[in-house]
Amino acid sequence: MGAGHAHKLYVHGHSPVHALPPHTKLAATLAFVVVVVSTPREAMWAFALYAVLLAAVAHQARVPAGVLLRRLLIEIPFVAFAVLMPFVAEGERVDVLGLSLSVDGLWGAWNVLAKGTLGVAASVLLASTTGLRELLLGLQRLKLPPLLVQIASFMIRYGDVITDEMRRMRIARESRGFEASGVRHWGVLAKSAGALFIRSYERGERVHLAMVSRGYAGSMPVIDEVTASRAQWSYALALPFAALAVCLLGWTL
Amino acid sequence: MDAVTPAAPSLEVSDLAFAYPDGHQALFGVDFRIGRGERVALLGPNGAGKTTLVLHLNGILTGGAGTVTVAGLPVGKRHMAEIRRRVGIVFQDPDDQLFMPTVREDVAFGPAAAGMKGAELEERVRTALERVGMEAFADRPPHHLSFGQRRRVAVATVLAMEPEILVLDEPSSNLDPASRRELADILRSLDVTVLMVTHDLPYALELCPRSLVLSDGVIAADGGTGDLLSDDELMRTHRLELPFGFDPRSVTMGA
Repeated sequence: MGAGHAHKLYVHGHSPVHALPPHTKLAATLAFVVVVVSTPREAMWAFALYAVLLAAVAHQARVPAGVLLRRLLIEIPFVAFAVLMPFVAEGERVDVLGLSLSVDGLWGAWNVLAKGTLGVAASVLLASTTGLRELLLGLQRLKLPPLLVQIASFMIRYGDVITDEMRRMRIARESRGFEASGVRHWGVLAKSAGALFIRSYERGERVHLAMVSRGYAGSMPVIDEVTASRAQWSYALALPFAALAVCLLGWTL
Repeated sequence: MDAVTPAAPSLEVSDLAFAYPDGHQALFGVDFRIGRGERVALLGPNGAGKTTLVLHLNGILTGGAGTVTVAGLPVGKRHMAEIRRRVGIVFQDPDDQLFMPTVREDVAFGPAAAGMKGAELEERVRTALERVGMEAFADRPPHHLSFGQRRRVAVATVLAMEPEILVLDEPSSNLDPASRRELADILRSLDVTVLMVTHDLPYALELCPRSLVLSDGVIAADGGTGDLLSDDELMRTHRLELPFGFDPRSVTMGA
Protein backbone atom coordinates (compact mmCIF):
# COMPACT_ATOMS: atom_id res chain seq x y z
CA MET A 1 0.00 0.00 0.00
CA GLY A 2 1.85 3.07 -1.12
CA ALA A 3 -0.17 5.49 0.97
CA GLY A 4 0.80 9.03 0.08
CA HIS A 5 1.08 10.11 3.68
CA ALA A 6 1.78 7.66 6.40
CA HIS A 7 1.81 7.88 10.12
CA LYS A 8 4.82 9.67 11.58
CA LEU A 9 6.14 6.50 13.23
CA TYR A 10 6.50 4.84 9.85
CA VAL A 11 9.94 5.04 8.19
CA HIS A 12 9.59 4.86 4.43
CA GLY A 13 11.59 2.17 2.79
CA HIS A 14 11.61 -0.82 0.48
CA SER A 15 13.66 -3.20 2.58
CA PRO A 16 12.86 -6.92 2.80
CA VAL A 17 11.46 -6.26 6.28
CA HIS A 18 9.07 -3.59 4.96
CA ALA A 19 7.92 -6.02 2.29
CA LEU A 20 6.94 -8.80 4.69
CA PRO A 21 3.19 -9.36 5.12
CA PRO A 22 2.00 -7.55 8.27
CA HIS A 23 0.61 -10.57 10.08
CA THR A 24 3.95 -12.41 9.91
CA LYS A 25 5.67 -9.38 11.41
CA LEU A 26 3.07 -9.09 14.17
CA ALA A 27 3.40 -12.77 15.03
CA ALA A 28 7.20 -12.59 14.98
CA THR A 29 7.28 -9.52 17.25
CA LEU A 30 4.88 -11.06 19.74
CA ALA A 31 6.82 -14.36 19.80
CA PHE A 32 10.10 -12.50 20.23
CA VAL A 33 8.78 -10.52 23.20
CA VAL A 34 7.41 -13.66 24.86
CA VAL A 35 10.77 -15.40 24.46
CA VAL A 36 12.67 -12.43 25.86
CA VAL A 37 10.37 -12.17 28.86
CA SER A 38 10.79 -15.86 29.68
CA THR A 39 14.60 -15.67 29.73
CA PRO A 40 16.21 -15.96 33.22
CA ARG A 41 17.44 -12.54 34.32
CA GLU A 42 20.81 -13.91 35.44
CA ALA A 43 21.78 -14.76 31.84
CA MET A 44 22.99 -11.27 31.05
CA TRP A 45 24.82 -12.36 27.91
CA ALA A 46 21.50 -13.61 26.46
CA PHE A 47 20.06 -10.10 26.54
CA ALA A 48 23.13 -8.80 24.79
CA LEU A 49 22.55 -11.40 22.08
CA TYR A 50 18.90 -10.35 21.76
CA ALA A 51 20.04 -6.77 21.28
CA VAL A 52 22.41 -7.95 18.56
CA LEU A 53 19.53 -9.82 16.86
CA LEU A 54 17.37 -6.68 16.90
CA ALA A 55 20.26 -4.61 15.58
CA ALA A 56 20.57 -7.08 12.70
CA VAL A 57 16.85 -6.69 11.92
CA ALA A 58 17.15 -2.89 12.09
CA HIS A 59 20.09 -3.10 9.72
CA GLN A 60 18.08 -5.28 7.30
CA ALA A 61 15.15 -2.85 7.53
CA ARG A 62 17.51 0.10 7.02
CA VAL A 63 16.07 1.90 10.02
CA PRO A 64 18.79 4.36 11.14
CA ALA A 65 20.17 3.63 14.61
CA GLY A 66 19.58 7.26 15.63
CA VAL A 67 15.85 7.01 14.88
CA LEU A 68 15.58 3.73 16.75
CA LEU A 69 17.40 5.03 19.84
CA ARG A 70 15.45 8.26 19.91
CA ARG A 71 12.16 6.38 19.81
CA LEU A 72 13.30 4.18 22.67
CA LEU A 73 13.01 7.25 24.90
CA ILE A 74 9.26 6.58 25.02
CA GLU A 75 9.89 3.92 27.67
CA ILE A 76 11.45 6.32 30.21
CA PRO A 77 8.27 7.00 32.19
CA PHE A 78 7.63 3.27 32.39
CA VAL A 79 11.07 2.27 33.62
CA ALA A 80 11.39 5.14 36.13
CA PHE A 81 9.92 2.73 38.62
CA ALA A 82 12.71 0.25 37.92
CA VAL A 83 15.32 2.80 39.00
CA LEU A 84 13.67 3.05 42.41
CA MET A 85 13.74 -0.69 43.06
CA PRO A 86 17.36 -1.00 44.32
CA PHE A 87 16.61 1.67 46.95
CA VAL A 88 13.34 0.34 48.28
CA ALA A 89 13.67 -3.44 47.98
CA GLU A 90 14.49 -5.55 51.04
CA GLY A 91 17.17 -8.19 51.60
CA GLU A 92 20.92 -8.43 51.19
CA ARG A 93 22.58 -5.04 50.58
CA VAL A 94 25.64 -4.08 48.62
CA ASP A 95 27.59 -0.82 48.56
CA VAL A 96 27.89 0.94 45.23
CA LEU A 97 29.59 4.37 45.14
CA GLY A 98 28.80 4.86 48.77
CA LEU A 99 25.09 4.02 48.40
CA SER A 100 23.62 1.00 50.09
CA LEU A 101 21.54 -0.87 47.50
CA SER A 102 19.49 -4.05 47.67
CA VAL A 103 20.90 -6.92 45.60
CA ASP A 104 17.44 -8.23 44.89
CA GLY A 105 16.35 -4.75 43.86
CA LEU A 106 19.28 -4.40 41.50
CA TRP A 107 18.39 -7.68 39.82
CA GLY A 108 14.76 -6.62 39.63
CA ALA A 109 15.67 -3.29 38.08
CA TRP A 110 17.95 -4.94 35.56
CA ASN A 111 15.18 -7.42 34.71
CA VAL A 112 12.58 -4.70 34.04
CA LEU A 113 15.02 -2.46 32.22
CA ALA A 114 16.49 -5.11 29.91
CA LYS A 115 13.23 -6.85 29.02
CA GLY A 116 11.34 -3.56 28.71
CA THR A 117 13.93 -2.03 26.42
CA LEU A 118 14.07 -5.08 24.16
CA GLY A 119 10.27 -5.23 23.98
CA VAL A 120 9.99 -1.53 23.14
CA ALA A 121 12.78 -1.82 20.57
CA ALA A 122 10.98 -4.70 18.86
CA SER A 123 7.71 -2.70 18.79
CA VAL A 124 9.48 0.39 17.47
CA LEU A 125 10.94 -1.72 14.67
CA LEU A 126 7.50 -3.11 13.87
CA ALA A 127 5.98 0.37 13.78
CA SER A 128 8.80 1.76 11.65
CA THR A 129 8.43 -0.90 9.00
CA THR A 130 4.66 -1.42 8.95
CA GLY A 131 2.02 1.19 8.06
CA LEU A 132 -0.99 1.61 10.34
CA ARG A 133 -3.35 0.34 7.70
CA GLU A 134 -1.22 -2.76 7.16
CA LEU A 135 -1.11 -3.41 10.89
CA LEU A 136 -4.89 -3.46 10.92
CA LEU A 137 -5.00 -5.85 7.98
CA GLY A 138 -2.52 -8.05 9.83
CA LEU A 139 -4.62 -8.04 12.99
CA GLN A 140 -7.67 -8.89 10.92
CA ARG A 141 -5.76 -11.76 9.33
CA LEU A 142 -4.64 -13.01 12.75
CA LYS A 143 -8.34 -13.28 13.63
CA LEU A 144 -8.51 -10.54 16.20
CA PRO A 145 -12.23 -9.96 16.95
CA PRO A 146 -13.55 -7.95 13.96
CA LEU A 147 -15.24 -5.43 16.24
CA LEU A 148 -11.87 -4.47 17.75
CA VAL A 149 -10.31 -4.09 14.30
CA GLN A 150 -13.26 -1.92 13.20
CA ILE A 151 -12.94 0.28 16.28
CA ALA A 152 -9.21 0.69 15.67
CA SER A 153 -9.74 1.53 12.02
CA PHE A 154 -12.37 4.16 12.84
CA MET A 155 -9.99 5.61 15.39
CA ILE A 156 -7.40 6.11 12.66
CA ARG A 157 -9.92 7.55 10.24
CA TYR A 158 -11.57 9.96 12.69
CA GLY A 159 -8.68 10.82 15.01
CA ASP A 160 -7.71 13.76 12.83
CA VAL A 161 -11.31 14.87 12.27
CA ILE A 162 -11.97 15.00 16.01
CA THR A 163 -8.65 16.70 16.82
CA ASP A 164 -9.56 19.31 14.25
CA GLU A 165 -12.98 19.80 15.84
CA MET A 166 -11.28 20.19 19.22
CA ARG A 167 -8.91 22.79 17.78
CA ARG A 168 -11.82 24.77 16.29
CA MET A 169 -13.62 24.75 19.65
CA ARG A 170 -10.47 26.01 21.38
CA ILE A 171 -10.07 28.81 18.81
CA ALA A 172 -13.73 29.75 19.30
CA ARG A 173 -13.21 29.89 23.09
CA GLU A 174 -10.07 31.97 22.81
CA SER A 175 -11.62 34.31 20.25
CA ARG A 176 -14.13 35.23 22.91
CA GLY A 177 -11.43 36.05 25.39
CA PHE A 178 -11.21 32.79 27.30
CA GLU A 179 -7.84 31.72 28.61
CA ALA A 180 -7.64 28.53 30.66
CA SER A 181 -5.38 29.58 33.50
CA GLY A 182 -6.51 27.79 36.62
CA VAL A 183 -8.86 25.50 38.46
CA ARG A 184 -11.70 28.00 38.09
CA HIS A 185 -11.73 27.37 34.36
CA TRP A 186 -11.95 23.62 34.52
CA GLY A 187 -15.72 23.86 34.38
CA VAL A 188 -15.55 25.46 30.95
CA LEU A 189 -13.06 22.86 29.71
CA ALA A 190 -15.25 20.06 31.05
CA LYS A 191 -18.24 21.48 29.20
CA SER A 192 -16.18 21.67 25.99
CA ALA A 193 -15.22 18.03 26.45
CA GLY A 194 -18.89 17.16 26.91
CA ALA A 195 -19.84 19.07 23.77
CA LEU A 196 -17.08 17.32 21.85
CA PHE A 197 -18.38 13.97 23.06
CA ILE A 198 -21.89 14.76 21.88
CA ARG A 199 -20.64 16.00 18.52
CA SER A 200 -18.58 12.86 18.04
CA TYR A 201 -21.51 10.72 19.07
CA GLU A 202 -23.74 12.43 16.53
CA ARG A 203 -21.08 12.03 13.88
CA GLY A 204 -21.01 8.35 14.77
CA GLU A 205 -24.72 8.16 14.08
CA ARG A 206 -24.34 9.88 10.71
CA VAL A 207 -21.45 7.61 9.75
CA HIS A 208 -23.53 4.60 10.67
CA LEU A 209 -26.33 5.94 8.49
CA ALA A 210 -23.92 6.30 5.56
CA MET A 211 -22.64 2.76 6.15
CA VAL A 212 -26.12 1.28 6.27
CA SER A 213 -26.96 3.17 3.09
CA ARG A 214 -24.17 1.33 1.36
CA GLY A 215 -25.26 -2.09 2.47
CA TYR A 216 -23.50 -2.49 5.84
CA ALA A 217 -25.20 -5.25 7.79
CA GLY A 218 -22.99 -5.75 10.84
CA SER A 219 -19.70 -6.96 9.44
CA MET A 220 -17.04 -5.24 7.38
CA PRO A 221 -16.51 -6.73 3.93
CA VAL A 222 -13.00 -8.05 3.41
CA ILE A 223 -11.48 -5.85 0.69
CA ASP A 224 -7.79 -6.63 0.99
CA GLU A 225 -6.84 -10.19 1.79
CA VAL A 226 -3.23 -10.35 2.97
CA THR A 227 -1.48 -13.65 2.43
CA ALA A 228 2.00 -14.90 3.26
CA SER A 229 4.03 -17.59 1.57
CA ARG A 230 5.95 -20.23 3.52
CA ALA A 231 9.20 -18.43 2.68
CA GLN A 232 7.88 -15.15 4.08
CA TRP A 233 6.76 -16.85 7.26
CA SER A 234 10.11 -18.52 7.79
CA TYR A 235 11.91 -15.25 7.06
CA ALA A 236 9.80 -13.39 9.62
CA LEU A 237 10.00 -16.14 12.21
CA ALA A 238 13.81 -16.38 11.94
CA LEU A 239 14.00 -13.68 14.63
CA PRO A 240 11.90 -15.38 17.34
CA PHE A 241 13.47 -18.78 16.59
CA ALA A 242 16.98 -17.38 16.95
CA ALA A 243 15.84 -15.76 20.18
CA LEU A 244 14.37 -19.05 21.34
CA ALA A 245 17.72 -20.78 20.84
CA VAL A 246 19.39 -18.10 22.96
CA CYS A 247 16.70 -18.43 25.61
CA LEU A 248 17.12 -22.23 25.83
CA LEU A 249 20.87 -21.78 26.17
CA GLY A 250 20.20 -19.27 28.93
CA TRP A 251 18.17 -21.84 30.86
CA THR A 252 20.61 -24.72 30.42
CA LEU A 253 23.92 -22.91 31.05
CA MET B 1 -32.94 6.35 -21.40
CA ASP B 2 -33.49 2.63 -21.55
CA ALA B 3 -35.97 2.06 -24.34
CA VAL B 4 -36.65 -1.57 -23.38
CA THR B 5 -38.27 -0.82 -20.02
CA PRO B 6 -40.01 2.48 -20.36
CA ALA B 7 -42.73 1.46 -17.91
CA ALA B 8 -41.01 1.67 -14.50
CA PRO B 9 -39.80 5.14 -13.55
CA SER B 10 -36.57 5.34 -11.54
CA LEU B 11 -38.40 6.62 -8.50
CA GLU B 12 -42.03 6.78 -7.60
CA VAL B 13 -43.21 8.22 -4.30
CA SER B 14 -46.90 8.10 -3.56
CA ASP B 15 -48.82 9.48 -0.60
CA LEU B 16 -45.80 9.36 1.67
CA ALA B 17 -46.54 10.61 5.17
CA PHE B 18 -44.31 10.33 8.20
CA ALA B 19 -44.25 11.43 11.81
CA TYR B 20 -41.24 11.07 14.08
CA PRO B 21 -41.67 9.08 17.30
CA ASP B 22 -41.82 12.34 19.28
CA GLY B 23 -44.98 13.25 17.38
CA HIS B 24 -43.45 15.81 15.05
CA GLN B 25 -44.97 15.22 11.64
CA ALA B 26 -42.50 15.90 8.82
CA LEU B 27 -44.28 14.65 5.69
CA PHE B 28 -47.94 15.02 4.88
CA GLY B 29 -48.57 12.99 1.73
CA VAL B 30 -45.77 13.45 -0.78
CA ASP B 31 -46.37 12.41 -4.40
CA PHE B 32 -44.00 12.50 -7.35
CA ARG B 33 -42.27 10.35 -9.91
CA ILE B 34 -38.90 10.68 -11.61
CA GLY B 35 -38.35 9.08 -14.99
CA ARG B 36 -35.21 7.23 -15.92
CA GLY B 37 -32.29 9.51 -16.78
CA GLU B 38 -33.96 12.67 -15.47
CA ARG B 39 -32.08 15.20 -13.33
CA VAL B 40 -34.43 16.72 -10.79
CA ALA B 41 -33.81 19.25 -8.02
CA LEU B 42 -35.68 19.06 -4.73
CA LEU B 43 -35.94 22.59 -3.38
CA GLY B 44 -37.35 23.76 -0.10
CA PRO B 45 -36.66 25.92 2.93
CA ASN B 46 -34.97 24.57 6.05
CA GLY B 47 -37.26 22.27 7.97
CA ALA B 48 -39.42 21.46 4.96
CA GLY B 49 -38.79 17.72 5.39
CA LYS B 50 -36.17 17.25 2.68
CA THR B 51 -33.83 15.10 4.74
CA THR B 52 -36.73 13.05 6.07
CA LEU B 53 -37.84 12.41 2.51
CA VAL B 54 -34.33 11.38 1.44
CA LEU B 55 -34.04 8.89 4.29
CA HIS B 56 -37.25 7.25 3.07
CA LEU B 57 -35.84 6.65 -0.39
CA ASN B 58 -33.55 3.83 0.75
CA GLY B 59 -35.63 2.62 3.65
CA ILE B 60 -33.64 4.08 6.56
CA LEU B 61 -36.90 5.60 7.74
CA THR B 62 -40.03 3.54 7.28
CA GLY B 63 -43.26 2.98 9.10
CA GLY B 64 -45.27 5.95 7.87
CA ALA B 65 -48.09 5.83 5.32
CA GLY B 66 -47.59 5.64 1.56
CA THR B 67 -45.08 3.87 -0.65
CA VAL B 68 -41.73 4.44 -2.32
CA THR B 69 -40.87 2.40 -5.42
CA VAL B 70 -37.43 2.29 -7.00
CA ALA B 71 -37.45 1.06 -10.60
CA GLY B 72 -40.52 -1.02 -9.87
CA LEU B 73 -39.23 -2.46 -6.60
CA PRO B 74 -41.11 -1.34 -3.48
CA VAL B 75 -38.94 -0.13 -0.57
CA GLY B 76 -39.48 -2.51 2.31
CA LYS B 77 -37.82 -5.06 4.54
CA ARG B 78 -37.93 -7.77 1.84
CA HIS B 79 -35.56 -6.17 -0.67
CA MET B 80 -33.55 -3.87 1.57
CA ALA B 81 -30.10 -4.88 0.26
CA GLU B 82 -31.17 -4.43 -3.36
CA ILE B 83 -32.88 -1.10 -2.61
CA ARG B 84 -29.74 0.24 -0.93
CA ARG B 85 -27.71 -0.79 -3.95
CA ARG B 86 -30.14 0.93 -6.30
CA VAL B 87 -30.46 4.18 -4.36
CA GLY B 88 -27.10 5.86 -3.90
CA ILE B 89 -27.23 8.63 -1.32
CA VAL B 90 -24.37 11.10 -1.13
CA PHE B 91 -24.58 12.75 2.28
CA GLN B 92 -23.76 16.37 2.89
CA ASP B 93 -20.61 15.93 4.98
CA PRO B 94 -18.04 13.82 3.11
CA ASP B 95 -16.38 13.05 6.46
CA ASP B 96 -19.50 11.09 7.35
CA GLN B 97 -19.61 9.38 4.00
CA LEU B 98 -15.95 8.39 3.81
CA PHE B 99 -15.30 6.17 6.78
CA MET B 100 -12.62 3.77 5.52
CA PRO B 101 -8.87 4.36 5.92
CA THR B 102 -8.18 4.82 2.20
CA VAL B 103 -10.12 6.15 -0.77
CA ARG B 104 -9.86 2.84 -2.60
CA GLU B 105 -11.28 0.83 0.29
CA ASP B 106 -14.04 3.33 0.77
CA VAL B 107 -15.14 3.10 -2.84
CA ALA B 108 -14.90 -0.70 -2.62
CA PHE B 109 -17.05 -0.84 0.52
CA GLY B 110 -20.47 -0.89 -1.15
CA PRO B 111 -19.74 -3.50 -3.85
CA ALA B 112 -17.73 -5.61 -1.38
CA ALA B 113 -20.64 -5.56 1.07
CA ALA B 114 -22.74 -6.93 -1.79
CA GLY B 115 -20.27 -9.81 -2.16
CA MET B 116 -18.07 -8.64 -5.02
CA LYS B 117 -14.33 -9.36 -4.80
CA GLY B 118 -11.05 -9.77 -6.66
CA ALA B 119 -10.41 -8.35 -10.10
CA GLU B 120 -14.05 -7.45 -10.68
CA LEU B 121 -14.03 -5.33 -7.52
CA GLU B 122 -10.77 -3.62 -8.50
CA GLU B 123 -12.22 -2.82 -11.91
CA ARG B 124 -15.41 -1.42 -10.39
CA VAL B 125 -13.42 0.82 -8.04
CA ARG B 126 -11.17 2.05 -10.82
CA THR B 127 -14.10 2.92 -13.09
CA ALA B 128 -15.96 4.75 -10.33
CA LEU B 129 -12.89 6.83 -9.45
CA GLU B 130 -12.25 7.57 -13.11
CA ARG B 131 -15.76 8.91 -13.55
CA VAL B 132 -15.07 11.57 -10.90
CA GLY B 133 -11.47 12.14 -11.97
CA MET B 134 -9.95 10.87 -8.70
CA GLU B 135 -8.17 7.69 -9.87
CA ALA B 136 -4.77 9.12 -8.90
CA PHE B 137 -5.83 9.39 -5.25
CA ALA B 138 -6.90 5.79 -4.69
CA ASP B 139 -4.38 5.02 -1.96
CA ARG B 140 -4.73 8.30 -0.05
CA PRO B 141 -6.48 8.51 3.28
CA PRO B 142 -9.64 10.65 2.87
CA HIS B 143 -8.63 13.22 5.49
CA HIS B 144 -5.64 14.25 3.39
CA LEU B 145 -7.85 15.37 0.47
CA SER B 146 -9.33 18.81 -0.08
CA PHE B 147 -13.01 19.26 0.63
CA GLY B 148 -13.93 19.30 -3.08
CA GLN B 149 -11.93 16.13 -3.68
CA ARG B 150 -13.63 14.43 -0.75
CA ARG B 151 -17.03 15.35 -2.15
CA ARG B 152 -16.05 13.82 -5.51
CA VAL B 153 -14.83 10.65 -3.83
CA ALA B 154 -18.13 10.52 -1.93
CA VAL B 155 -19.91 10.54 -5.29
CA ALA B 156 -17.61 7.73 -6.49
CA THR B 157 -18.40 5.56 -3.45
CA VAL B 158 -21.99 5.61 -4.54
CA LEU B 159 -21.34 5.27 -8.28
CA ALA B 160 -19.37 2.09 -7.52
CA MET B 161 -22.67 0.45 -6.60
CA GLU B 162 -24.06 1.29 -10.05
CA PRO B 163 -27.21 2.82 -8.63
CA GLU B 164 -30.49 3.36 -10.44
CA ILE B 165 -30.77 6.79 -8.90
CA LEU B 166 -28.19 9.10 -7.37
CA VAL B 167 -29.48 11.21 -4.48
CA LEU B 168 -27.29 14.18 -3.53
CA ASP B 169 -27.83 16.08 -0.30
CA GLU B 170 -26.64 19.69 -0.75
CA PRO B 171 -23.91 18.75 -3.24
CA SER B 172 -22.60 22.29 -3.63
CA SER B 173 -22.36 23.20 0.06
CA ASN B 174 -18.91 24.37 1.24
CA LEU B 175 -17.40 24.12 -2.24
CA ASP B 176 -15.36 26.92 -3.76
CA PRO B 177 -16.53 28.06 -7.21
CA ALA B 178 -13.99 25.93 -9.11
CA SER B 179 -14.83 22.73 -7.20
CA ARG B 180 -18.49 23.57 -7.65
CA ARG B 181 -18.09 23.79 -11.40
CA GLU B 182 -16.00 20.61 -11.54
CA LEU B 183 -18.70 18.73 -9.64
CA ALA B 184 -21.33 20.09 -12.02
CA ASP B 185 -19.31 18.84 -15.00
CA ILE B 186 -19.06 15.41 -13.40
CA LEU B 187 -22.77 15.23 -12.60
CA ARG B 188 -23.66 16.27 -16.16
CA SER B 189 -21.40 13.56 -17.57
CA LEU B 190 -23.09 10.76 -15.63
CA ASP B 191 -25.66 8.64 -17.34
CA VAL B 192 -27.81 8.10 -14.27
CA THR B 193 -31.00 9.48 -12.75
CA VAL B 194 -30.23 12.26 -10.28
CA LEU B 195 -32.26 13.74 -7.44
CA MET B 196 -30.48 16.73 -6.00
CA VAL B 197 -31.58 18.22 -2.68
CA THR B 198 -30.40 21.81 -2.49
CA HIS B 199 -30.73 25.41 -1.39
CA ASP B 200 -28.42 26.49 -4.15
CA LEU B 201 -30.98 27.69 -6.69
CA PRO B 202 -28.56 28.74 -9.46
CA TYR B 203 -26.95 25.30 -9.19
CA ALA B 204 -30.36 23.66 -9.53
CA LEU B 205 -31.07 25.79 -12.59
CA GLU B 206 -27.71 24.90 -14.09
CA LEU B 207 -28.04 21.15 -13.65
CA CYS B 208 -31.68 20.18 -13.38
CA PRO B 209 -34.27 20.89 -16.06
CA ARG B 210 -37.03 20.00 -13.60
CA SER B 211 -37.59 20.94 -9.96
CA LEU B 212 -39.84 19.96 -7.08
CA VAL B 213 -40.60 22.37 -4.26
CA LEU B 214 -41.12 20.67 -0.91
CA SER B 215 -42.71 22.93 1.65
CA ASP B 216 -44.37 22.02 4.96
CA GLY B 217 -44.21 18.34 4.14
CA VAL B 218 -45.97 18.43 0.76
CA ILE B 219 -44.87 18.95 -2.83
CA ALA B 220 -45.93 22.55 -3.40
CA ALA B 221 -44.80 22.83 -6.99
CA ASP B 222 -43.42 20.65 -9.75
CA GLY B 223 -42.22 22.05 -13.04
CA GLY B 224 -39.40 23.42 -15.15
CA THR B 225 -36.68 24.86 -12.90
CA GLY B 226 -36.54 28.13 -14.86
CA ASP B 227 -40.31 28.61 -14.64
CA LEU B 228 -40.42 27.92 -10.90
CA LEU B 229 -37.56 30.26 -10.12
CA SER B 230 -39.19 33.03 -12.18
CA ASP B 231 -42.46 32.73 -10.24
CA ASP B 232 -41.94 35.44 -7.61
CA GLU B 233 -45.17 34.68 -5.77
CA LEU B 234 -44.30 30.97 -5.40
CA MET B 235 -40.78 31.76 -4.34
CA ARG B 236 -41.90 34.18 -1.64
CA THR B 237 -44.52 31.81 -0.23
CA HIS B 238 -41.99 29.04 0.26
CA ARG B 239 -39.08 31.10 1.59
CA LEU B 240 -36.94 30.48 -1.47
CA GLU B 241 -34.66 33.33 -2.32
CA LEU B 242 -32.32 33.85 -5.23
CA PRO B 243 -28.85 35.26 -4.58
CA PHE B 244 -28.45 38.99 -4.98
CA GLY B 245 -28.41 40.07 -8.60
CA PHE B 246 -29.34 36.66 -9.98
CA ASP B 247 -32.19 36.69 -12.52
CA PRO B 248 -33.23 33.26 -13.81
CA ARG B 249 -34.90 34.90 -16.83
CA SER B 250 -31.63 36.32 -18.06
CA VAL B 251 -29.67 33.08 -17.80
CA THR B 252 -28.95 31.47 -21.12
CA MET B 253 -28.41 27.78 -20.78
CA GLY B 254 -25.62 25.96 -22.54
CA ALA B 255 -26.09 22.59 -24.17
